[in-house]
Amino acid sequence: METAFDAISFVLMTLGGLCVFIGGLGVLRMPELFTRMHAASVTDTGGLGLVVLGLALQAGWSLALVKLAAILVFLFATSPTSAYALANAALLSGHRPEGAERLDEAAERGS
Amino acid sequence: MIYLPVVLALLVTMGLALARALLGPSLYDRVLAMNLFGTKTVLFLAAVAFLSGRPDFLDLALAYALINFIGVMAVLQFFQSRELRRQYETPRGER
Amino acid sequence: MTLLFSLFLLTMLVIVAVAIVNSVNLFAAVILSGIFSLLMAANFFVLDAADVALTEAAVGAGVATVLFLGALALTGEHEREGPRGHFLHLFIAVATGAVLIYATFDNPVIGDPNAPVHQHVAPWYLENTPELIGIPNVVTAVLGSFRGFDTLGEVFVVFTAGIGVLSILGVRHTLVEITGAELDARQRSLRHHLIPRVVSRGMVPLILLFALYVQFHGEYSPGGGFQAGAIAAAAIILYCLVEGDDRGRELVPEWLLGLMLAGGAFLFGAVGVACMLLGGNFLDYSVLARTQTDGQHFGLLLIELGVGITVSGVLLTVFHAFARRASR
Repeated sequence: METAFDAISFVLMTLGGLCVFIGGLGVLRMPELFTRMHAASVTDTGGLGLVVLGLALQAGWSLALVKLAAILVFLFATSPTSAYALANAALLSGHRPEGAERLDEAAERGS
Repeated sequence: MIYLPVVLALLVTMGLALARALLGPSLYDRVLAMNLFGTKTVLFLAAVAFLSGRPDFLDLALAYALINFIGVMAVLQFFQSRELRRQYETPRGER
Repeated sequence: MTLLFSLFLLTMLVIVAVAIVNSVNLFAAVILSGIFSLLMAANFFVLDAADVALTEAAVGAGVATVLFLGALALTGEHEREGPRGHFLHLFIAVATGAVLIYATFDNPVIGDPNAPVHQHVAPWYLENTPELIGIPNVVTAVLGSFRGFDTLGEVFVVFTAGIGVLSILGVRHTLVEITGAELDARQRSLRHHLIPRVVSRGMVPLILLFALYVQFHGEYSPGGGFQAGAIAAAAIILYCLVEGDDRGRELVPEWLLGLMLAGGAFLFGAVGVACMLLGGNFLDYSVLARTQTDGQHFGLLLIELGVGITVSGVLLTVFHAFARRASR
C-alpha cells in the first residue's frame, strides 16, 4: 500500500511539475501581456491542485493534511482573483490585447 | 526521491518567471512574474518541507500564500491611485 | 540536495540583486525586491532556519513591498541621475569588502561540527532547554528567555521606529479639501471592483486567525510574536486597500494604534518588573508561577504577546502615515 501511494504521489506531483513548467515557458515565450496572464493563471491553479494532491497522499491523516487543505483552498480562492485584478488594472490603464482594434471596429460598424 | 522532479521543475519555473520579471517591457509583466514567483515559492516550500521530513514547516507555505496575495493587491491599488492622480492633477482649473 | 537547491537559489539571488541596482524605474526595483525577499526566505528555509524564513516572508515580501509602494506614491517613480566619477567611494567600498572577506578566512567552515559554537554553546542550549524551559522550539526559548534582554531591546527598537516615522510624517495634519468627483473616485479605491473586494473581505478574518495561530503556537513550531504581528498587520492593510483608507481607520482607530504601539513594549517591560517584584531577577520568569517551567511558559506567552502587539501597531501606523499623505 505504501508503494502504491508513493507511486501515485510521484505521478501526480510530476504531472503538476510539468504543468507548472509549461506555464513558466508560456510566460516567457508568449507574445503579449494578456496571453502571458492566461498561461500563468491557468497552469498555476492546475499545477497547484495536482502537487498538493500528491503531497496530501504522502501526509496521511494528520495536521499536515489540514494545512495542505488550507493552502489549497486559499490559493484556489486568491490566485484567480489576483489574475482578474491584474487583467482589470491592465485594461483600465489602456493596455489593449492584440487584434482588439478589429473587434472595436466591428463593434462600431454595429455587427 | 519522489519529490525530486517536482522540485526541479519548480526551481526552473522560478528562473523563467525571474527572466520575465527582468525582461517584461511593461510593469504589468513584472507584477505577473512576481505573482507567479510567489505561488511557485509556496509549492517549493511545501515540497521541500516534505522532502526533508518535517511536515510542520507547512506553516511557512501557508504564510507565503497569504502574503503573496496581499502584495499583488497592494501593487494594484498603487496603480489605481496613480491613474487617479494623473487624471485629476492635470486640469489646473478645478483645484 | 541542499547544495543543488542553494546553488539555484543563490544564483537567482545574485541576478535579482544586480537587476535591482541597475534598474532606473523604481517601481520595477520594488517588484524585484519583493522577489529578492522570497528568494532569501526560500534560502533560509533550505538551510533549516524556519523562524527566520517565516519572518523574512511576512515582513520582507509582504509588508515591506506595501510600504515601499506607499513611499513611491509620495515621491517620483524614476531614479534621479546622480553625478558620475565617484572613484574614491568605489575604492573605499571595495577595500572594506576585501578586508571583511579576508577576516572570514579565520572563521570555521559553516556547519563544521568541530567549531567552538557547536561544541559549547549549541549543545548547552539543546540539552538544557527541556528541563529549564520545557518547550520544543529552542529558538523561541533562546529568543524569549535565555536572551530576553536582547528581545526587549528589539521591541523598543521597533517602537522607536514607529515613533520616528510618526514624528517625520506627522500624526495629524490639515487635509486639503477634496470634493466632488475626485473625492468619490479617491474613496472608492478598489471598492468598486467587486471580485477582489469580496474575496479579500472573506480572507481578512482567516488571515487574522492564522496570525493568532502563529502567535500562540510559536513555542511549538516556527512562529512567535514578530511573525504574527507582521501577518496581522498585513491582514488589516489588505482590508484598508480594498475598502479604502477611511473605512480602514474606522476599523482600527488611531487611538487604538497608539495604544498598541506603546502597550506591547510596556507589557514586556512590565513582565520584567513583575518578576523583580516577585523576588526574582529582571525577566526571570521562573518566579511567575509555582513550578519553574510553568513560570517560563507564562512569561514567554506574555512577552510574545507584547512583541506581537507592538509590531502590528507599528506596521499599521507606518502604513496609515504613508497612505494618509498620499490621499491629501
